[in-house]
Amino acid sequence: MTKIELTVNSAKHTREVEDRTLLVDLLRDHLGLTGTHIGCDTSQCGCCTVHVNGRAIKSCTMLAVQARGAQIVTIEGMAKDGRLHPVQQAFTDCHGLQCGFCTPGMIMAVAALLNDNPHPSDAEIYHGLEGNLCRCTGYINIIKAVKQSAGVLRNG
Amino acid sequence: MFEISYLKAKSLSDAAALIGAHPEAKLLAGGMTLIPTLKQRLARPSHLVDIGGLPELSGIELKAGRLAIGAAAKHYEVAASAVVKKAIPALAYLASRIGDPQVRNRGTLGGSVANNDPAADYPSAVLALNATIVTTKREIAAEDFLQGMFATALEEGEIIVRVLFNVPKRAAYEKFPHPASGYAMAGVFVAETAAGVRVAVTGAAPGVFRWNDAETVLTKNMKPAALDGLAVDPNDMNEDIHATRAYRANLVKVMAKRAVQKLLATK
Repeated sequence: MTKIELTVNSAKHTREVEDRTLLVDLLRDHLGLTGTHIGCDTSQCGCCTVHVNGRAIKSCTMLAVQARGAQIVTIEGMAKDGRLHPVQQAFTDCHGLQCGFCTPGMIMAVAALLNDNPHPSDAEIYHGLEGNLCRCTGYINIIKAVKQSAGVLRNG
Repeated sequence: MFEISYLKAKSLSDAAALIGAHPEAKLLAGGMTLIPTLKQRLARPSHLVDIGGLPELSGIELKAGRLAIGAAAKHYEVAASAVVKKAIPALAYLASRIGDPQVRNRGTLGGSVANNDPAADYPSAVLALNATIVTTKREIAAEDFLQGMFATALEEGEIIVRVLFNVPKRAAYEKFPHPASGYAMAGVFVAETAAGVRVAVTGAAPGVFRWNDAETVLTKNMKPAALDGLAVDPNDMNEDIHATRAYRANLVKVMAKRAVQKLLATK
């Protein structure tokens, strides 16, 4: 067991975890942040995507102890003051989801993509979302949502 | 995952001491291969020695015609580096095509090279650019280092510190990625150097290899059509549910021609 401190959605937490605990299990089981989903067991689906120190990562493929001292943002940290984040709003407006299971990971991946590249081409959007699978195959509306949120974020 | 003890190394010498003290320990950097392997209970190391954040393994710099990249450099750092883009744009491009964004944000150069997955991208650049692997014990030439499927010259407790890539005149990398994993079903790195052309192929065979016949013809005539009369032997290729030997042999040629086309368009 190891005691770790980390910041999740601007709140500091201290928890004692087994060294083998995955970050996603710390978030879900220890902190109750179940918006971060687990969609596979093979690091492929991207449902568990969160931001660690500003970069999108798969929280199922990082140990909680590796996140010691890190700044983490999960889907629960995206809306501010009762207003959805522009990426969340765009997924709502564009119907960028069907069953919604992949959506938290998609939104975190899209927010990171647009942070790196505020004006992505279609090819750059496809490349930037290669780490996230939508098993409903609702990709067309997801791409629309990326473009809408890119416009909103660029215009501040 | 089986129970495991996590140790964060404070320095490179601390890491060497920890790995020496625990014979069943494994080094952890980005963990993009190791953690999925542990999750599937395919490995059972006693300890993980985390070297991912060590400053001694970071940094990207150009000196004396060689690009030195720290072993813990993440793929996205290499892909985004102005130094890499200027010195060896093909290497920045290769890094930008590894896995997916989340993998590139965690995975490291040293981890990829140490693992020497036969379908990984970096080993092709290491071989084509005749890179030198600098470890805690010695410097190892690419051809001595890469020893086939998941095999390298690394000894117990030896840690990759940085990789020195020779800067070529021109180079290009093209791969046919597996549509789900992004791993190369065939990836070809073509480098035009002062000592001739070097062509390294990953993903297609049990280990990365140089395509000598292609090097000979491209040294004389750097054109895609120069490869028309050549073929790699399908019997040397991998065969699995994704592609037959013959299909992979053809892919090698197609990717090589695309890489040459791309190389000619650079500068």
